[in-house]
Formats: sequence, structure tokens, C-alpha cells
Amino acid sequence: MTFRSMKAAQLEAALNEDLKKQTDPTAAYADLPEEELFTPADFDHSRAERGGYSNYSYWGATLRAFFKNKVAVFFLCVIVVVVAFTFIQPLLPGQHDPKTINNDPATGVQIINRAPDSEFWFGTNSIGQDLWARTWAGTRTSLGIGLAVACFEALFGTFIGVLWGYVRKLDTFFTELYNIFDNVPQTLVLILVSYIMNPGVGTIIFALCLTGWLGMARFIRNQIVIIRDRDYNLASRCLGTTTGRIVTKNLLPYLVSVIALRMSLAIPAAIGNEVFVTYIGIGLPTDIPSLGNLVQAGRLLMSQPSLRYQLLFPTAVLALITISLYVVGNAFADAADPKNHV
Amino acid sequence: MLKRVLHALVTLCIVIVIVFVLLRQMPIEGYFNNFDKLSDAQIKVGLQQLGLTDPLPKQVLNYFVQLLHGDLGTSNKYREGYSIAKIIAQKAPVSIQIGLISFAVSLAAGLPLGILMARSTRTRLKVWDKIGTVLIVVVQAVPSAVYHLLIQLYGSELLGVSMLFNTRSAATWILPIFSLSIGNIAYYAMWLRRYMVDEANKDYIRLARAKGVPAARISRNHVFRNAIVPLVQYIPNSILFTLMGSLYVESLYSIPGMGGLLVQVIKLQDNTMVQALVLIYAAVSVLGLLFGDLLMALVDPRISFTAKEGAR
Repeated sequence: MTFRSMKAAQLEAALNEDLKKQTDPTAAYADLPEEELFTPADFDHSRAERGGYSNYSYWGATLRAFFKNKVAVFFLCVIVVVVAFTFIQPLLPGQHDPKTINNDPATGVQIINRAPDSEFWFGTNSIGQDLWARTWAGTRTSLGIGLAVACFEALFGTFIGVLWGYVRKLDTFFTELYNIFDNVPQTLVLILVSYIMNPGVGTIIFALCLTGWLGMARFIRNQIVIIRDRDYNLASRCLGTTTGRIVTKNLLPYLVSVIALRMSLAIPAAIGNEVFVTYIGIGLPTDIPSLGNLVQAGRLLMSQPSLRYQLLFPTAVLALITISLYVVGNAFADAADPKNHV
Repeated sequence: MLKRVLHALVTLCIVIVIVFVLLRQMPIEGYFNNFDKLSDAQIKVGLQQLGLTDPLPKQVLNYFVQLLHGDLGTSNKYREGYSIAKIIAQKAPVSIQIGLISFAVSLAAGLPLGILMARSTRTRLKVWDKIGTVLIVVVQAVPSAVYHLLIQLYGSELLGVSMLFNTRSAATWILPIFSLSIGNIAYYAMWLRRYMVDEANKDYIRLARAKGVPAARISRNHVFRNAIVPLVQYIPNSILFTLMGSLYVESLYSIPGMGGLLVQVIKLQDNTMVQALVLIYAAVSVLGLLFGDLLMALVDPRISFTAKEGAR
């Protein structure tokens, strides 16, 4: 038998099979397993009464979307580790005090500008203080300033934003006020306030709080204007819900993610501004270790390559913190947007 | 339009009053060059001569009259007895030159970067998009005070130029201008990319692509032209960026401009100089925002100031 005739016989058999299936419809699925066939469903009274239900949870979906972003999770770990470490570091054995001037035990001379070694991990500065301890103490100060400013911005900005957006009578007043204050650059306010008041942590926090809430208030206001007259809020009002309850139960939960995002971005901004005013010479007093003070002290020595470590270590920690917060904040905002929940 | 201009003027007046009143709270040492050596009577006479013993509203009024005559007052410490207007007239040209060049550089670098990024979102590896995103994240997240410093440190080493500015040596202009531009470059690239990607997903672009119009032509004639319109909105912002950046950058590179001058007189505690310079900066930023709004109305005929501003 030739190959061709064998193929012809095969083809004929297949065609016959198809023909048989066409004439007898049940034969077409006779070889399918039982569970793939349709069967008539029973009518169940209890199921007909059951209401619709979805196990969608906003925060669950937000967290799931966030943890899918590997880069953001990595930076979140960085933040957690760094923040935890700023508090653990003073408790570790063998740490120097950030303000003590270290003397050589043998000669009694100050250990100035010692390059990083096993005793002073980041070296010592120009008057013999331990840079490792100072860097972490400074991070603590700067993060504290950032957190204070961010909290104030969130609370006050949200408060004003809600008033501005929800109370129609105040709308024109706040809008005019905003248009005036928004025209004044934040840096100028910062400079002016720091120039007039005594340098210190309080002054910096005050100066940064003075302008930071503007953007937040405007943002909250715009969101509230959009959602305040939606049907569910109208229904709430008709049913006699008090304004306070509408704001806290209907409006604000909608905005939590945005508020969180703005807070996470306010912290790096506050740290950056602290560095800036310290550079101008109206920031924190030099005896309070802060990232601004450390960067400023390092800057004065940067023309000598052998002393550059005094600038680079604080700068590296600073950049690590701000980049992490920025990336995590943005990733969180993306994750918190219900459009990205599938 | 007229309303917007009036608005800017009112804002400016209010800002002047606030700055003036705030600076009156300063310790009076800032008005004398040799405060320690003066007797109480001399100080009193000095304050009277400066008009600082008058009631506050009268002082504010006097100051406005003085400003309208184009008189910014005289310096106390920086250059004793010198007219501030004269000092600023000397310093301003350098600042303006650097500001304009940096503005041009940021447009010339930021727009192509944004276009490259937007185009590469259509390719498989998205190389340019990734590079650009890293640049934007770093520039936005790291405080400008820090990256300006690192640019100065490593830039001067890399290019083998001096860390300090010299009007006559062209090479020393590179780093300050780069420092001032980089924030705006990232800003323009970020927004242009976003607008271009949004535009490229619109139906009429998909139709053009389906028709077989070459990608380069779609990008140039349709996507870019529409995406550039909202970008005009960011021009005032970038002017502010440059202004505020110049405070830091100018003093970092010892550029003899106005930004460096403000930092210097703050350190010297020269009250009248601080007042004059803060006012100038505030005025420039108010005008910058005004100019940006007017430009928007020019570029896009759909925007006008006669209608109520709904989005604000």
C-alpha cells in the first residue's frame, strides 16, 4: 500500500464519522464526560430570596494592589528599617553620644576628622563628635519635624478644606484668601518667619505649617465640592443626618487615601526645607543634630576630598529616606484608587 | 482679564503690608551698623530718623509712598547708606541672564525628554521611559538643597572647572545653569509625557494609526500639538522654581546676583535689605503667576477670565 492510499482511507473514515455526527446530533457530544454537559437546574426558594453580596473590601483591595508593586514594597521595608533603627541605635552596645566630643584616651587630644574606622563607623567631625551617632540622631530630629508638619497639614488642611467645600457661604471668602496666599512662595514665608523668630525646632515647624496646609485645603475642597451633592449625601441630608456625621461618615472616608499620600510627600518636603533654611543660616542651632545641620557642616568641608565622607553619609541617609517616602506615597495613592482594583 | 490683573495688584499690596508689619517685629539691631557702641539716646534719634517710631499704619502708608517714588530705602549693614535700588540694579542683570538661560535650557531638554518617554511607552522595553522616570523620581524626591550640592561637588570635578562662579569664564556658567534647570527639566518631561500618553489613547489618534499615518507624523502633528497646550500652565510654576532655586544656587556658587544677595543680607541681619528683596521676589512671583494665566488665555481660546472659574 502506498502512502497516498493510506492517507485517503484515513480521510474517508474521518469524513464518515463527521457525517454520522451531523445526522445524529447526540453523537456529537457522546464522548464528552458527564460533568461537562448541561443539566436542568432545580429551583431553590431559599436562593431566590438571598440578596446580592460581594466580599470586596476597600482596604483589602488597596493593600493587595499595593503589595503587588514590588519596588514600593522594597522601599516600604527600607522606611520601616530606617525608622526603627533611629530608635534602636542609641540602645545598641558600644554607641557614642551624638553630642560628646571624643578625646583620645592616650593623649587626651580631640579626635577630629577621623576617617571611618571600626570605632567610629562614619568617622568623626571637625570637633571630634561621632558622625554615626549624629547621623541617626539627626535623622530622628528631621523625621520628627517632618511628621509634625505632615500631621498638622493633614488635620488643619482637612478641617479648612471641609469648611471651604461644604459651607457654601464661606466659599468666596476662602477662595479669595487662597488666591492671595497662594501667590506668596513658601520659601519666602519660610525665610521670613525663620529670620524673625528665634532659631529652633519649634520655629521651623511653625514656618512650615504656616503654608503647607494651603495645598491640602484646596485639594480637599475640590473633592468635597465634587461629592457633596451626590445622591447618597442628598439622601442622608433628607433623612436628617447631622452635618458633622455626613462629613465624618460620608465624605472623609472617601479622602483618606489622598490625605495619606499628601502626608507622605509632606515629610520629605519638610526635611528638604529644613536643610535649606539651615544652609541660609537661620535654621536649627548647630548643637541640635539634624540632617540639615549635618549636611551644612559637611558642605563646609567638601572641597577636601579626604573629608568628603562627612557630607556623603548624611546625604545618603537623607536621600534614602526621601526617595523611599516618595515612591511609597505614590504607589499607595495608585493602590488606593478604586479604578485600579479589579 | 482686567479682573485678574486687579487681583494680582491687590495681592501684591497685601503681601507688602504683611511683610512690612512682620519685619517691624524684628530686633532693632538690624537697623544700625554699630548698634553696640550707640547710646540709648542715639538709638532713639536713629529710629526717629528712619520713621520707625510713628504708628504702624502711618509707617505702612509712608512706605507705599516711598515705593511709588521708586525708592526701596537704604542699606544699613551690607553697604551702609547705599540706595538699595542701586545695589539691586547692579545685581539683577546676572540673575536675569542666568534665569533666562536656564529657562531656555529646561525647555530645550525637558520637552524632548518628555517626547522620548511618551514614545517609548509604545515600545516593548520602554528604556527611555524607565530612565526618565528614575530621573524624575530622584529630582522630585531628593531635596533640592542636597542635589544642588552634589552637582556642584561632582560636576566641578568631572568638568574640571572651579566650584565658584566667574562672570568672565564661560565654563563656570554650566553647573549653576544645569542645577537651576534640572528641576524644571524633570517637571516638563513628567507632564509632557503624561499629556502625550493621554492624547495618544484618544480615538482620533487610533483612527489615524489604523489609517496608516506614519507614527512620527502622528506624534508630531497631533499628539504633541495638543499635549503642549496644558503645559503652558506650568510656565509660571517653573519661573517660581527658578527664582527659589536661584536663592540657593546663587549663594552656593557665589554668583553676584539677587538670590545670593538675599542669603547674604539675612546672615548680616540687614532689615531694610531683607524687606526690599523679599518684596521683589514676592512681586516677581505674583507677576509670574499672572503672566502664566494670561498666556493660557492666549494659547487656548476656550479659556477666558470672564466666565466663572469653576475648577478653582
